[in-house]
Amino acid sequence: MNNMALVDRPTGFDVHALRREFPVLARTVRGKPLAYLDNGASAQRPLAVIDAVDDYERRHHANIHRGVHTLSQEATALYETARDRLVRFINARSRHEVIFVRGTTEAINLVAQSYARPLLGPGDEILITHLEHHANIVPWQMVCEQTGATLVVAPMDSRGEVHADAVAALMSPRTRLFACAHVSNALGTVLPIRRLIAAAKARGITTLIDGAQAVPHMHVDVQELGCDFYAFSGHKMFGPTGVGVLYGREQLLERMPPWQGGGEMILSVTFAKTTYNGLPNKFEAGTPNISGGIGLGAAADFLMGMDRGAAHAHETALLDHATAVLSRIPDLRIVGTAADKASLVSFAVAGVHPHDLGTILDEDGIAIRTGHHCAMPVMEFFNLPATARASFAFYNTFEEIDRLAAGVERALKLFA
Amino acid sequence: MELNDLYRDVILDHNRRPRNFGALQPADASVEGFNPMCGDRLTVRLRLADETISDIRFEGQGCAISTASASLMTEAVKGKTRAQALKLFDRVHQLLTDDAAPDADELGKLAALSGVREYPARVKCASLCWHTLASALRSTHPQDLPAVSTE
Repeated sequence: MNNMALVDRPTGFDVHALRREFPVLARTVRGKPLAYLDNGASAQRPLAVIDAVDDYERRHHANIHRGVHTLSQEATALYETARDRLVRFINARSRHEVIFVRGTTEAINLVAQSYARPLLGPGDEILITHLEHHANIVPWQMVCEQTGATLVVAPMDSRGEVHADAVAALMSPRTRLFACAHVSNALGTVLPIRRLIAAAKARGITTLIDGAQAVPHMHVDVQELGCDFYAFSGHKMFGPTGVGVLYGREQLLERMPPWQGGGEMILSVTFAKTTYNGLPNKFEAGTPNISGGIGLGAAADFLMGMDRGAAHAHETALLDHATAVLSRIPDLRIVGTAADKASLVSFAVAGVHPHDLGTILDEDGIAIRTGHHCAMPVMEFFNLPATARASFAFYNTFEEIDRLAAGVERALKLFA
Repeated sequence: MELNDLYRDVILDHNRRPRNFGALQPADASVEGFNPMCGDRLTVRLRLADETISDIRFEGQGCAISTASASLMTEAVKGKTRAQALKLFDRVHQLLTDDAAPDADELGKLAALSGVREYPARVKCASLCWHTLASALRSTHPQDLPAVSTE
């Protein structure tokens, strides 16, 4: 009897109750219930986030860190509480390690310009992988142009998998930084980042993980991962746009010069000399996206309050279902068939261009992404100009995936 | 707006069997058009006899709207003068973006593109080939022109 509670604990995941937390999911599009399958581009917001932002805007807005008046103190407290929530969300060691930025893109650019640029010179190498988002390619190309360093690209295979051995083989004494996605936005591949980080650390190589597509799907513990930097965006984890986080190990952040100059990041300014503020403010010049930060804190709280194991199990079931029903469609090819995938399916349909498919599905109220997914080297690798991508969140349903498959069949019929 | 109004039979037919598709060698003008938003890419090549487009072909890859628009365009402008083709470009642009649609007689088969207007995200698909053609025609030395982008 002692174990009964454990055995009987409901493992069912009440997706319909969860959906009620996300008001937009109740709307219709072109007369049909919205099936939002574009979470990889941007996820929807729960009431917890909407209300937190609304409450701030209605009752507490003022500039932060500088006013002695009540509103400024309240706004500061809300913003810094949000930072604390994000510290817990990724298990950073302290508030000094969580820098608010505009998003993943800005986080990577910050590291490129503030960490890599002063460090690198001709002969040095930055190592990335073939499946990166443009945001994890272009900032490094820019730094290479600025410093004379070389960008080295580790291969992926025809399933869209990146093998730790193949990446490690490219790590050399010249490699100063290794940057890779945690989860591929274009293919869904979950990279073996524990092994990759371990391989880099063993060689003294600094690591940056682009976690934009990972944090919405799985629990991330930066101390357990052991990476030096971890970047993610608010809006892909059910928070607002225009805000994100750069996690960095304090030791590294301390040594890095500020990236942008301005207010907030200084202690004192004279025309002769400016003394910089400490972490995290050193990297947060100017008035930040205060409401965005507060909304992101609420999103982190929302996720921490969920049974993420059950959510993940539901997402995996969605992925398995989507893979099964889409695979049954003749002329449909799934692009990205890694053994370990987050819940998204990229695919191409012979005879139906992804953009036509996107328009046809929208007519049925189904939102997917079509295009190159800001990962042109991935498209080139698979010899495709574009793919259709259905990316799921824990609030999606099997029925929505069935509607997706029916829509694809309808498009095939139209273009037959 | 019905999907059938966007994907009319003429559009579906020209997507399935694009006319004047392939290389044209030699050509007096060859300009590449690119839509970075979606990756659509096409090349328009043409021959001019005096001021008349004596031959025109296109190749590349794109969605049904983009392919059908290019196919219809090549049919429509072959045999037309440079000035007539540019005037037609203006008419098509109007058709794709203005509420006041131009005269259907003037457009002929191109009127099939009128459904695109209701899908703002797809206007660039239909107009890419026309911008590419206009770029080729407007230049005295079109082969020197940079590629055309819809962005």
